[in-house]
Amino acid sequence: MAEAKEIKLVLEDGSVFSGKSFGSHKSIAGEVVFNTAMTGYPESLTDPSYKGQILVATYPLIGNYGVPSKEMENGIPKFYESDRIHVSGLVVSDYSFEFSHWNAGHSLADWLKQEDVPGIFGIDTRALTKLLRDKGPLLGKIVADNQDVDFYNPDNDNLAAQVCTPSKVEYGKGQHRILLVDTGAKYNILRCLLRRDTTVIRVPWNHDFSMEDYDGIMLSNGPGNPAVYQATIDQISKALQGDKPIFGICLGNQLMGIAAGGGTHKLKYGHRAHNHPVQKVGTDTCYITSQNHGFVLDTDSLGSDWEPLFVNLNDGTNEGIRHKNKPFFSTQFHPEASSGPTDTEFLFDDFIGLIETAKAGKAAV
Amino acid sequence: MKKKVNKVVILGSGALKIGEAGEFDYSGSQAIKALKEEGIYTVLINPNIATVQTSEKLADKIYFLPVTPYFVEQVLIKEKPDGLLLAFGGQTALNCGVQLYEQGIFEKYGVKVLGTPVQSIIDTEDREIFAGKLAEIDVKTPKSIAVTSVDAALKAAEGIGYPIIVRAAYTLGGMGSGFCSNPKELRMRADNAFSYSGQILVEESLKGWKEVEYEVVRDAYNNCITVCNMENFDPLGIHTGESIVVAPSQTLSNSEYHKLRELAIKIVRHIGIVGECNVQYALDPESEDYRVIEVNARLSRSSALASKATGYPLAFVAAKLGLGYGLHELKNSVTKVTSAFFEPALDYIVCKIPRWDLGKFTGVSRNIGSSMKSVGEIMAIGRTFEEVIQKGLRMVGQGMHGFVANQPLKNTDVRKELSEPTDQRIFSIAEGFEQGLDVEEIHQLSKIDRWFLDKLKNIHELKNELKNFNNLESLPDALLLRAKQMGYSDFQLARLVLKTPALQMEEGITKVRSHRKKRAILPVVKQIDTLAGEFPAKINYLYLTYNGKENDVEFERDGKSVVVLGSGAYRIGSSVEFDWCSVNAVETVNQQGFRSVMINYNPETVSTDYDVCHRLFFDELTLERVLDITDLEAPKGVVISVGGQIPNNLAMRLHRQKVPILGTSPEDIDRAENRQKFSSLLDELNIDQPRWSELTSVEDIFAFVDQVGFPVLVRPSYVLSGAAMNVVSNRDELEHFLQLAANVSKQYPVVVSEFIEQAKEIEVDAVANKGEVVAYAISEHIEFAGVHSGDATIVFPPQKLYVETIRRVKRISRQIAAALNISGPFNMQLLAKDNDIKVIECNLRASRSFPFVSKVLKVNLIDMATRVMLDLPVEKPGKSFFELDYVGIKAPQFSFARLQQADPVLGVDMASTGEVGCIGENYYDAVLQAMLSVGYRIPKKSVLISSGPLRDKIELLGSARMLEQKGYKLFATEGTHRFFAENGVATTLLHWPDQPDLQPNTMDYIREKKIDLVVNIPKNLSKDELRNGYQIRRSSVDFNIPLITNARLASAFIASFCKMGMDDISIKSWDEYK
Repeated sequence: MAEAKEIKLVLEDGSVFSGKSFGSHKSIAGEVVFNTAMTGYPESLTDPSYKGQILVATYPLIGNYGVPSKEMENGIPKFYESDRIHVSGLVVSDYSFEFSHWNAGHSLADWLKQEDVPGIFGIDTRALTKLLRDKGPLLGKIVADNQDVDFYNPDNDNLAAQVCTPSKVEYGKGQHRILLVDTGAKYNILRCLLRRDTTVIRVPWNHDFSMEDYDGIMLSNGPGNPAVYQATIDQISKALQGDKPIFGICLGNQLMGIAAGGGTHKLKYGHRAHNHPVQKVGTDTCYITSQNHGFVLDTDSLGSDWEPLFVNLNDGTNEGIRHKNKPFFSTQFHPEASSGPTDTEFLFDDFIGLIETAKAGKAAV
Repeated sequence: MKKKVNKVVILGSGALKIGEAGEFDYSGSQAIKALKEEGIYTVLINPNIATVQTSEKLADKIYFLPVTPYFVEQVLIKEKPDGLLLAFGGQTALNCGVQLYEQGIFEKYGVKVLGTPVQSIIDTEDREIFAGKLAEIDVKTPKSIAVTSVDAALKAAEGIGYPIIVRAAYTLGGMGSGFCSNPKELRMRADNAFSYSGQILVEESLKGWKEVEYEVVRDAYNNCITVCNMENFDPLGIHTGESIVVAPSQTLSNSEYHKLRELAIKIVRHIGIVGECNVQYALDPESEDYRVIEVNARLSRSSALASKATGYPLAFVAAKLGLGYGLHELKNSVTKVTSAFFEPALDYIVCKIPRWDLGKFTGVSRNIGSSMKSVGEIMAIGRTFEEVIQKGLRMVGQGMHGFVANQPLKNTDVRKELSEPTDQRIFSIAEGFEQGLDVEEIHQLSKIDRWFLDKLKNIHELKNELKNFNNLESLPDALLLRAKQMGYSDFQLARLVLKTPALQMEEGITKVRSHRKKRAILPVVKQIDTLAGEFPAKINYLYLTYNGKENDVEFERDGKSVVVLGSGAYRIGSSVEFDWCSVNAVETVNQQGFRSVMINYNPETVSTDYDVCHRLFFDELTLERVLDITDLEAPKGVVISVGGQIPNNLAMRLHRQKVPILGTSPEDIDRAENRQKFSSLLDELNIDQPRWSELTSVEDIFAFVDQVGFPVLVRPSYVLSGAAMNVVSNRDELEHFLQLAANVSKQYPVVVSEFIEQAKEIEVDAVANKGEVVAYAISEHIEFAGVHSGDATIVFPPQKLYVETIRRVKRISRQIAAALNISGPFNMQLLAKDNDIKVIECNLRASRSFPFVSKVLKVNLIDMATRVMLDLPVEKPGKSFFELDYVGIKAPQFSFARLQQADPVLGVDMASTGEVGCIGENYYDAVLQAMLSVGYRIPKKSVLISSGPLRDKIELLGSARMLEQKGYKLFATEGTHRFFAENGVATTLLHWPDQPDLQPNTMDYIREKKIDLVVNIPKNLSKDELRNGYQIRRSSVDFNIPLITNARLASAFIASFCKMGMDDISIKSWDEYK
């Protein structure tokens, strides 16, 4: 093992965490967030929702199983959530220089270097996590070789525009036509849809989809502050006038909520984990969910046609809404998982079911 | 949706045995706490008197009775409960519950089984039904064919293809299981397996696949979580109880982790579990292919480990779910605010390592495989794999200091050891690196995942770097820190850098420590909070690590905390009894207004339950780590006398580091521990002791023996093979033993003691305050001296001691307590022959029998001792054991069935893995309860007696007469047959095993199970065993026929069942004995 270079993480409150460099040895800035998942770093790093963020892994041993192959399937990588790493930097406690897995193409360090993303190991990630928990979201920067950079607040930027597809792309040849509004969609949303006899029309965040031919709308996850995406909200508002099924995930939940009259606010330190419990409102049914969000929907100001669908069992925050009469619903968590638990993947079946019902209804009319 | 139940019976797991140990004390205790919180009246049946669950503060009513259908039914009739829990007492409770269900007993008495329905349990226990059930939901199980005959097994194996694995249904921890690579091996294995079970399975071998487990919880609303997953370091083929295990999994990708998680939930829903369930997988290391190997529809060893690994109280929650609660209706008991419906996120890694004691047995194979042999386990917590494996290897407590810097292995063929693993496998990896093997080669031989091997290699390489330095001053801080982050102890550093020889190690450790402190290289304290820091924890479940910069907790340093050192890994000679002592000490500390601080690392214990103490340090019991903690805590003092020998051994060393030790002063402890000092003390006090001498040459040994005469007890201080201590009866044996076992020299002296035959052995368990005895209990062994006190059957209060003997024992106790100025618990062992009393041993700490005598006497000696140590006033108890109108018997539990080829004899070295303690109206009542509790059965009609020495024949003559009168059919081997005939007792002669041509033959009778009880008394106490006796004993164990090898115990048992029938045994709860 070659002696690793010194590198540090500096937070806006003045705290400094010194460690060793294992990715691209360079300085960057972003919002520092932690994720408590114990698996899934290739998925997390390529999750577009992390755009503009420096990710802290609370699980201390990272890199163990390397990074999977770049095999493609249906025109997208089989094992990644997008085409590239979206986190600005990765902070871990114990980086595993040796990796072992049948599906590993290369090491995490090599991949970070290829994608020009810095990584730090040797950090007391627990102390850092507790700091973030107590002080709320903090801006931070990774500083290599004293090459200082300015703090950067991603919430002011239109990040979706940076991570979404530049133009309309079609996938699959299934019978149901799903319009995927890409505000930073994870590829597993695509995969979950394609497995269910669909054609997916993936369009950019601000695409005018009133002219598109589709059976249902999928509002994707994505990075940043939902208030920034007025163009998407306007499109959704129009769609809500109609009757075609709509399913929103994460940012999609927030955008549909705003379109339905709700507001959003930033959580003290967000939900980024594989173990968040949600309860379906009005039932005793609960699910373990994968989450990655900093903003949350306020349901108090929702229109009277809307009601909460899921609620978080830990802090009571909103985890999803639905329209009382129309086939519109959304979740704050990630039913497509990847990474994380797969308990709620059945929601895609529910969505397809709504489309089938809607089509049958139309046919009957 | 809570079920309305008012009174619930909980089945315990009985004595600790291999495959079923302390974890069920923990799970049962949690279940009782959960029920009590609901105001439910709890009735516990468990003869294991040393457990915490059988303490008065827990269950409302306790029966120290065998967990068998007969006794449980009697309790149900008497107590009329409306509910029953059978998932918290291991396989013992489960099997008993299944039998009762099948007999319709629950229905008959209107008792509802709470939690998972019994039929679901049966579905998981019968492998064919189980495989069928999983096939219904497209879940893969290994190709497996259930057969009921050896021929069918051979045919099945042809179909699947060798190698195959044989498993016996309905057995503990894989008993009777094993790999077979050809028909011959299969025939042997199947023969043996059929003696445990009517059904065996012939299965495809998945040797070399990864082994992964999930702990799943489901509530009555169909909500499911997986609390933890675990990955075995050892590949499939080594029983999970024999494997090093890490949590969470380390080499599984997200996709693999969640694929198996999803399957686990699917399985649990399909089976209909309500409560907790364990799912074990084999995972192909080259793809995502998998098989489900096993499902345990009950709390298990793994679930106890998962609870400790995550902080999620599985047993507690499972009990609540049994009452009908939903997971979302319960709170996370760590954060107190978040929901119990969640999956713990770990921000550390844990490593479990088994503890074997195979050296204690003669003849046993040291290979580890598909059946369990380990007697205990440890769990290490840290933030790198290197850190936890090194911590863990020290915790196991078999003289190893981590992965490296140990004494080299002797005569090890590393390649063989790696491909045919023994209990030394991990050290053979170290040796492999030493010999230049690379990771790939070790992987090919061992099939251990390369990731683990790479990490071990890091430790090995750092060792070589460290060895280049010869003093601490030249050692760079960064390197020192890196070593500590990789789990190196100060001991290892002293050995590698300072080259400190073994005898000066304390000095070496101190040097490294003070250097580290100067350089500010110190560990930090981290908290286990179930949520990886996302929410604040309200409890103090802590560990130390060098992979961090700051402490999670603040230290008051106000002198109001009291540190209690726990017992470490369960092993032969130290198990749940010391956990009871530790927990009771902690409780007294709490009650007296101090903050209790527990240090222990055994995941099978109640003392490591974070709701027992104010602060739990789940960490090492080494001088280094205890000092780390006392440096932070600045406690009032440390209690070292309730956790057995490990803390006791730290007394002087902590004292020298100025750590306040509570109770008897360490100097006085040393005066009792040091053989020479103690002997002179006895001489000064005019107290007799067996003559002994520490000798450094063979000539001196013979000269000494000429003085005292044979037999003598020989204890070498340096041991080559297993024989650590032995009794020899003549010159030849002595010569042979000295050649075989010991290296006699100035450096390695041998202690030889006079061995007194036909002497009674007496135990004193007592508490003294500033040299004055405040409470004491005297008990006697049924067996004559020569059987280790841990293997002896103990009677309290004594029934057959002279009043004069008791008086003298009392006087001696008072003299010694005064001379050593004892403040706290102590234990003495004495010999009595015709009122001559000799002291054999004195320990200034709690002993194995403290819970037994405390519970029989109903005076908590540990509470009293702890008050003494806290310098609080104590009153002498108002009653003495003379006044008890009942009798307690403590009987050992052996696990020979699991230790293939081990000779099931008793000697001066301890061999039992557990014990029970039962209370009866009279001696016979108590003997029967105790013997039935440890697995003996009252014979139906045939008893085989094969007694070596004449005096044992005489001892057994009375028993034989009684058996004859009761209409038993008696069989005997040649000499015994002749002796009995001469004395008017008719027996049928069975020929010796080495005369297979002569009929009828003992071996046939045993194999065909024509005998219900075997009494075989070895000729002498030497382990130089005669083949015949060994074969009789071993095959009795292998064919599951009750075996007694001690004449005194045999006659006690025989007299008991001849005088009393099953119907006469008292069905009385503890509180009914007044």
